Amino acid sequence: MTVQVLLPGVLAALAGGAKHLDVEPAGGTLADLLDALAAEHPLLGRRIRDETGQVRRFVNVYVDGDDVRFEGGLAAKVRDGAEVHVLPSVAGG
Amino acid sequence: MTDLLAIGTRKGLWLARSDDDRRTWMLDGPHLLAQEVAAVSIDTRLPTPRVLAGIQYGHWGPTVMWSDDLGTTWEETDHGAIRFPEGADAALARVWQLRPDTADRPGVVWAGCEPHSLWRSTDGGCSFELVRGLWDHPHRKTWEPGGGGGAVHTVLPDPASDRVTVAMSTGGVYVSEDGGNEWEPRNRGITAAFMPDPLPEYGQCVHKVAVDASGPDRLYAQNHFGVFRSDDAGGSWTSIAGGLPADFGFPVVSSPSTPGTAWVIPLVADMQRVPPDGRLRVQRTRDAGETWTELGDGLPDASWTAVMRDAFCADAADPTGIYVGTRDGCVYASADEGDSFTLVADHLPDVLTVRAVKLP
Repeated sequence: MTVQVLLPGVLAALAGGAKHLDVEPAGGTLADLLDALAAEHPLLGRRIRDETGQVRRFVNVYVDGDDVRFEGGLAAKVRDGAEVHVLPSVAGG
Repeated sequence: MTDLLAIGTRKGLWLARSDDDRRTWMLDGPHLLAQEVAAVSIDTRLPTPRVLAGIQYGHWGPTVMWSDDLGTTWEETDHGAIRFPEGADAALARVWQLRPDTADRPGVVWAGCEPHSLWRSTDGGCSFELVRGLWDHPHRKTWEPGGGGGAVHTVLPDPASDRVTVAMSTGGVYVSEDGGNEWEPRNRGITAAFMPDPLPEYGQCVHKVAVDASGPDRLYAQNHFGVFRSDDAGGSWTSIAGGLPADFGFPVVSSPSTPGTAWVIPLVADMQRVPPDGRLRVQRTRDAGETWTELGDGLPDASWTAVMRDAFCADAADPTGIYVGTRDGCVYASADEGDSFTLVADHLPDVLTVRAVKLP
């Protein structure tokens, strides 16, 4: 399966400048997708998740428009052809 | 010879240089713009000095970065220089301290972090290993976070032995005599006004510890209320706050060359973290805390800012230079041990850390 990951500009530099990435996860969950992403782009993976594997507090991930926090978190289902947005939250100072 | 002053702030790093023995400074930056730089060090043991920065990418988490060309380019380790091992059930929250060891321990750099943890690198800060002796200490789970988070914020490796001293908010002072395997609390005499027992074995909120130039056994501690001295490597502590306008504050800095000389920057109290009378002043002792002298030539009146625990440092020059960074983004330098100060920078983001060296 192939999933399209859409990155904000600030993270695209960690993926060779690409804002759209086609990723082929080994399974059908968000964790599988992020594992595959981190294997290819370790710095990018670390910006999104901490070393326990949790998505960082101020990073939002949407699968086909749905916030994964309300869709099972890392266990959220990711279908073949899904569109996954990674975005910074509105936190800051 | 060039003196280099690294200034870590809430929103980036600035580097100031002086080519006239610290009389005037040229400011360069921002580097790492928009990243919080809570820890910085300049490792002069290498052929070219390495600037190490403990940064927080806001949304994207903390890490250690380094520059071998004085800020022009920065590098980081792909998988993170500091990452808790599997099974630790913890994630790095902030790097609070980066401390290169001595010249005869090349490559060794210590890091103090949040959550309460100590780390050791043998490759100049590119990767660190968790010091398990402290992490596995039975007291650890009872160390509470202070207002800024629970962290090891002070790391003092003894250059002549395997002793390592750390200080934590909260937790207090802990010492290892074997390089980090076994640890014991050394807080006898340090007060904890926020605990039912005001003199507990551990749990104090020690804000900073500095080693006197006379040798490793004499220490100074700025506590969350109280300034203390130990003459037996932390075995016992006595108050040296008499003569100070207030005993609250965050940093304490010692002279690297003159025994008995140290500096603090008092604030009114924990519920009133501003300088007494709204005047930013440094207090200096020449007799290991028996007496204190107020220093204010070049420091501002009508100042309601504060100085964080690592935003005050000394260099290794003669006479000793001292450097003060404030939460309202000002940096002051003194080339005469505090007798007078000049303004290095203003209108920066709040200053979290300063470190100064003479470039080789």
